[in-house]
Amino acid sequence: MTQVFLGMPAGGQGNLFEQEPFPQAAHRELGNTQMRKNLRHATHSIRDKRLKVVGELPDWEALRDAGSTIKNNSMATLEERLLEFEKNFTARGGVVHWARDADEANKIVTELVRATGSTEVVKVKSMATQEIGLNEHLESEGIDAFETDLAELIVQLGHDKPSHILVPAIHKNRTQVRDIFLKEMPGVDPNLTDDPSKLANAARAHLRKKFLAAKVAISGANFALADTGTLGVVESEGNGRMCLTLPETLITVMGIEKVLPQWEDIEVFMQLLPRSSTGERMNPYTSLWTGASADDGPQNVHIVLLDNGRTRALADRFGRTALNCIRCSACMNVCPVYERTGGHAYGSTYPGPIGAILSPLLTGIEVEENGSLPYASSLCGACYEACPVKINIPEILVHLRGEDVDAKREKHKLPTQMDLLMKGGSWALGKGKNIGLLEKALPLGRLAAGKDKKIKKLPGIAAGWTQSRDIPAPPNKSFRDWWSDTKESK
Amino acid sequence: MRIALFATCIVDAMYPETAKSTVKILERLGHEVIFPKAQACCGQMHMNSGYMPEALPVVENHINAFDTEDYDVAVAPSGSCVASVKHQHPYLAERLGKPELKDRAKAVGARTYELTQLLVDVLGITNAAEQLGSYFPETITYHPSCHGMRSLGLGDRQLDLLKTVGGITINELPEADQCCGFGGTFSIKNADVSSAMLDDKVKNICSTGASACSGGDASCLMHIGGGLSRTGAKPKTLHLADILASTMEETVSL
Repeated sequence: MTQVFLGMPAGGQGNLFEQEPFPQAAHRELGNTQMRKNLRHATHSIRDKRLKVVGELPDWEALRDAGSTIKNNSMATLEERLLEFEKNFTARGGVVHWARDADEANKIVTELVRATGSTEVVKVKSMATQEIGLNEHLESEGIDAFETDLAELIVQLGHDKPSHILVPAIHKNRTQVRDIFLKEMPGVDPNLTDDPSKLANAARAHLRKKFLAAKVAISGANFALADTGTLGVVESEGNGRMCLTLPETLITVMGIEKVLPQWEDIEVFMQLLPRSSTGERMNPYTSLWTGASADDGPQNVHIVLLDNGRTRALADRFGRTALNCIRCSACMNVCPVYERTGGHAYGSTYPGPIGAILSPLLTGIEVEENGSLPYASSLCGACYEACPVKINIPEILVHLRGEDVDAKREKHKLPTQMDLLMKGGSWALGKGKNIGLLEKALPLGRLAAGKDKKIKKLPGIAAGWTQSRDIPAPPNKSFRDWWSDTKESK
Repeated sequence: MRIALFATCIVDAMYPETAKSTVKILERLGHEVIFPKAQACCGQMHMNSGYMPEALPVVENHINAFDTEDYDVAVAPSGSCVASVKHQHPYLAERLGKPELKDRAKAVGARTYELTQLLVDVLGITNAAEQLGSYFPETITYHPSCHGMRSLGLGDRQLDLLKTVGGITINELPEADQCCGFGGTFSIKNADVSSAMLDDKVKNICSTGASACSGGDASCLMHIGGGLSRTGAKPKTLHLADILASTMEETVSL
């Protein structure tokens, strides 16, 4: 007899979780000076490139509006679009599979690979398969998955985790990459230097054998077009093109939010995406395929349409625009928090500002430490400014903080220091006369500051402030009192 | 024009001189300034910390204080608090299911201006020395606060006005558009990351050789000033309202 646990999630959601509170993870990562140096260098150079190519387009703002509108429309009619896509993809000889969560998607992919008799697959870089932890799952089922994107290969060979959605090995410099290759790449030239072209050639020689031998490839997709049943992958290295065309079987795992209404829509996204992600006018390889073509390319073409929390995010009226994300990574490249902590601090497959909203939206705010993610921002707004589809990330961060506080309110019996501070603040700042009353005590603060007119140590949670900042001695009199004394007594 | 001053809680309690400077500038231009006494705070600290029900009395108080007909525009010496009034108040009202409050919030937001927004866009000030008599014979640098720059789209209004102050020298701040790391309770909840951001800001300010860093938000300046003070660095912080109010006769000292 099968047991059903009511109220429990039906399956696992994969790699969407922050395992420890963000401040704790950030504290550790901040101490990694080599990583911070690598990341500062990399993010600053991508920022400059992006600004340059974005500045070339006089209609950039109009393009952002178009991207945002197309995505909003698509999300508003998601069910219809998906069914339309299914119909057209199937009519062209593709097979559509639906997965509610990571566990289901992993199971479907495993069965599809098994059916081919192959125990090896090559992979195109894909966020959806990182999200569901597909490689680890396949490994546990006796199937070896080989990443073919250079940076993913570095991460995989180094037994590491990606720290960025576009540049997974952004936290490594070329000397570290050389060391990983020397240690982990079979048959590598022992005299390999850290010259980038030498490193690329080593990877190319290693991967070429895999491409030619592979019977099965697994990819993600940057978009699906409902009206034609077409899938698209946008990439830089050509490894994707090899995987998408050489093997007999092609399995694509794609989040359901990636569907666009029509063929014409890619015109907008092909302008927004490369400029926002790699800072290029155009990416080197764009592959589009519609079902299977007789005598050309893979003959067994599958797509796994993945929910894994997307319908949950769609139901959040203040948060749903997070699903408009096209995974360009512009937000993390400009984020001052990400720049200093790196991607591993966020725990989830999705780091940076978009990860800080997407992960809790997909899983629910109360799961694991995902409630700590929306606070990983000074709300400076650099992410919103850079986002090619205008996701108002700061607003959603604040909204999710509200969700977090409300969720914890129900759990905590005793109020925290922050709860008490906010309750007190609500009274003090809720009336002009209340704040006026408190301001009468400003001279006491002056007394506490002492001779050098600085407050250097505060108790409790406020100690976070005084760990690196003084507070000036308050004035003798508030503006409010000055106004009463000077202006009103006239 | 009859102008309602929204002093903001931090300026009211910690930096009263900045509010006085704002009054001085506007009176110098011949406007009447009023101070609605019921005002307290925009509620941003509560909202940005996720305490939405607790923010409601604060937001309602602000809307009640400024939802009157007896002034033309409201002004605050802060980009952040004005951005909160304009964008966050309607959000909170919607979140908590108060459509009538949302409409009133929008109406208040529509006639609330950040100081340089009012000076440049409404009052036509383009030369502080000529039109305001501003004089400040010091070398400063300038940090554009995030909310003014991004949420309000102030662009170069603040810096351009400062450049026209008599006697002033402005040294450009490297990586000026990078956040100082304040972010309200971010500075205590994520104190380590915030401190790392502040550290870079402090170093950049010191590299300019300026004797002060100016800006349009007292809260960011308190954060930056706190970091400068802790590291024993020489530069002070000074709100741009205090610089604009400074004249040949009554020169503000650092």
